[in-house]
Amino acid sequence: MAAALAAGVSACAAEAGPPTLTWYINPDAGGQARLAQTCTEQANGAYKIETVLLPRDASSQREQLARRLAAKDSSIDLMSLDPPFIPELAEPGFLAPMPDDVAKKTTEGVVQGAIDGASWNGELVTVPFWANTQLLWYRKSVAEAAGLDMSKPVTWQQLIDAAQSQDKLLAVQGQKDESLTVWINALVSSAGGQIITNPEAPAQDIKLGLESEAGRQAAQIIGEIGNSGVGGPGLPTEDEPTSLTIFQGEDGSFMVNWPFVWSSTVTAVEDGSVDKAVLDDFGWTTYPLTAEGGEVTPPYGGINIGVGAFSDHPDLAYQAAECIVTPEHQAEYFVSDGNPAAASQAYEDPKVQEAYPMYDVIRESLDKAVPRPQTPFYNEVTSGLQEKWFPPASVNPDTTPEESTQFITAVLRGERLL
Amino acid sequence: MTTSVTPPVAEERAAPGRARARRSDRARQEARLGWWLAGPAFVVMLAVTLYPILQAMYDSLFRYRLTAPEERQFIGLSNYGVVLVDPIFWRDLWVTVLITIITVVIELVLGFALAMVMHRAIRGLRGALRTAILVPYGIITVVSAFAWFYAFDITSGYVNHWFDWVPGISENLNWFASQGTSLFVIIASEVWKTTPFISLLLLAGLAQVPGDMEEAAKVDGATPWQVLWRVILPNMKAAIMVAVLFRALDAFRIFDNVFIMTNGANGTEVLSLLAYRTSIGRLEIGLGSAVSVLLFLCVILICFAAIKLFKVDLTSARGE
Repeated sequence: MAAALAAGVSACAAEAGPPTLTWYINPDAGGQARLAQTCTEQANGAYKIETVLLPRDASSQREQLARRLAAKDSSIDLMSLDPPFIPELAEPGFLAPMPDDVAKKTTEGVVQGAIDGASWNGELVTVPFWANTQLLWYRKSVAEAAGLDMSKPVTWQQLIDAAQSQDKLLAVQGQKDESLTVWINALVSSAGGQIITNPEAPAQDIKLGLESEAGRQAAQIIGEIGNSGVGGPGLPTEDEPTSLTIFQGEDGSFMVNWPFVWSSTVTAVEDGSVDKAVLDDFGWTTYPLTAEGGEVTPPYGGINIGVGAFSDHPDLAYQAAECIVTPEHQAEYFVSDGNPAAASQAYEDPKVQEAYPMYDVIRESLDKAVPRPQTPFYNEVTSGLQEKWFPPASVNPDTTPEESTQFITAVLRGERLL
Repeated sequence: MTTSVTPPVAEERAAPGRARARRSDRARQEARLGWWLAGPAFVVMLAVTLYPILQAMYDSLFRYRLTAPEERQFIGLSNYGVVLVDPIFWRDLWVTVLITIITVVIELVLGFALAMVMHRAIRGLRGALRTAILVPYGIITVVSAFAWFYAFDITSGYVNHWFDWVPGISENLNWFASQGTSLFVIIASEVWKTTPFISLLLLAGLAQVPGDMEEAAKVDGATPWQVLWRVILPNMKAAIMVAVLFRALDAFRIFDNVFIMTNGANGTEVLSLLAYRTSIGRLEIGLGSAVSVLLFLCVILICFAAIKLFKVDLTSARGE
């Protein structure tokens, strides 16, 4: 009897402890789990954060979160969200409304691209956490030999010509996945166009902007890289890590990729798997132009923190989100995991500047970065693009923009499978 | 069967009518016992199989997207109309059928050869041989898919290095960049993985071929080829049918290998991947259910075709 009572009392004591907030995180180098621990300690018993790992790729993360939220899963208190998928979750009310004071505090000194990516319908629906962008990485020796002046923005055509003249490979992500859409979006934007001209419209009314000079120029570049052989035989299966491997190799010349490539290569040099001379030969600048006179429009990525609409503790979850995204924590996370901060202030941290000598180019890039189309039907748009703009060698400026427009429009109207 | 082995009792000889009645009583009791024994399993089967099928059929009548629950709308058979006129569905069906036919034919031939080896192996070697042959089947499909993917991948793979002396293979061959080479790797991995299964089923069939019939055929002067075609294969018909049916169904539902190696790129998408991408990827429950129901109908069709083609009555084994 006494034992049963004691067990009951201890059970009550366990329940009476601080509420546990579950944070669904994307895989990283352990930085988010460390931040969860830090914020748990700083909460002084107000809450406890536990992390749950989501799948590796962004679309699988979206699938899992969308399924759980559609089933009104109350276990989702916090979630790390890729920006393109935010409208799809915001539109049906799967994200808890953000208190005004939280919105104000978490956007002070944050780069505009990150605020845009965290919003839907003009309203902040998630908290900006880290903001990623792609840079143009180059091998100084190759650029010099090819006579390219990398202090000024260069065009894709210049890169193709330079790589070909030196008999080297241009490292881009030609695989049939999200990275292909990232590439297409950056190319179209730089030429002054948009993949979707009215992203907030309902599915039936969405208009694509690919049948334009910008769409044609984008298709021209992808088709040329696919057909000329400058992308290498691995182009149709090339993702970000594969691009880095090519860039680090003997045939490396130019590469568009996220800043993680720097910390990866530094680690590889420390491990002895990459020669120090390769790292010393690394150069970086802002993303290439689609054509001369175009805009610098680097791809925008990153992760925002959303609070689940069915959470039992939305207020505490927003408190926790505020703690996670302080500029100090963003700087710490940038250094440990290689993911750039959304807060400008984080770039002033000496540790950030020491770990990422290209910090200034990253910040500049983030200011100019253009997000992928923000629409609740983003999945249809990106999958449709991947269907028609793949493999790169099949992309034709005269037919691909038109075919993809017709296909995606039909899918959005429910008339076609995807 | 029971009647032939049960010795007739005196009353049966005296009054056959009453004996029949007693036998049917017993048969009824046996049937009742059968229902009691199989009943729980039957209920479980209904719960885990029939319910999801009926739910999918019901869902397929709606335009229903998981992230827009308010917009759910009954549209009758429209989803089937969209699926059945779409070239993507027919392309995927064709790829699925192609993979099914090629893998089943290769596996049947290879599996039979392996079964013969296992059957004829000297007693001391049989255990080790069966274990060795079964190893690929024991590996989880996703793991084997990754192993094959990394072996053939242009960046990390070793196949191009090892086999660059073969015409058509070079350091620059990207196996997963075109339909033909992608399907080759997918089919090869499928064959490697599941041939042991088919050979095990065929081995069981081989063991049932009466030895005296083979002896008699040899005494009559039949060549080994004639013994195979006239004696062994006809006596294994039921085992071959079971092997073909199981493998055909399995191959038709192929998912893991394609998902890991190409994720459907280069025209290698199969029907189960289409159903997955529509239901889970696009969260289009209605359209995805329609694809799933059509996949289910194809599976039923394969079952009927196999049973009709082989003209085997599996219940005859029970003497009914």
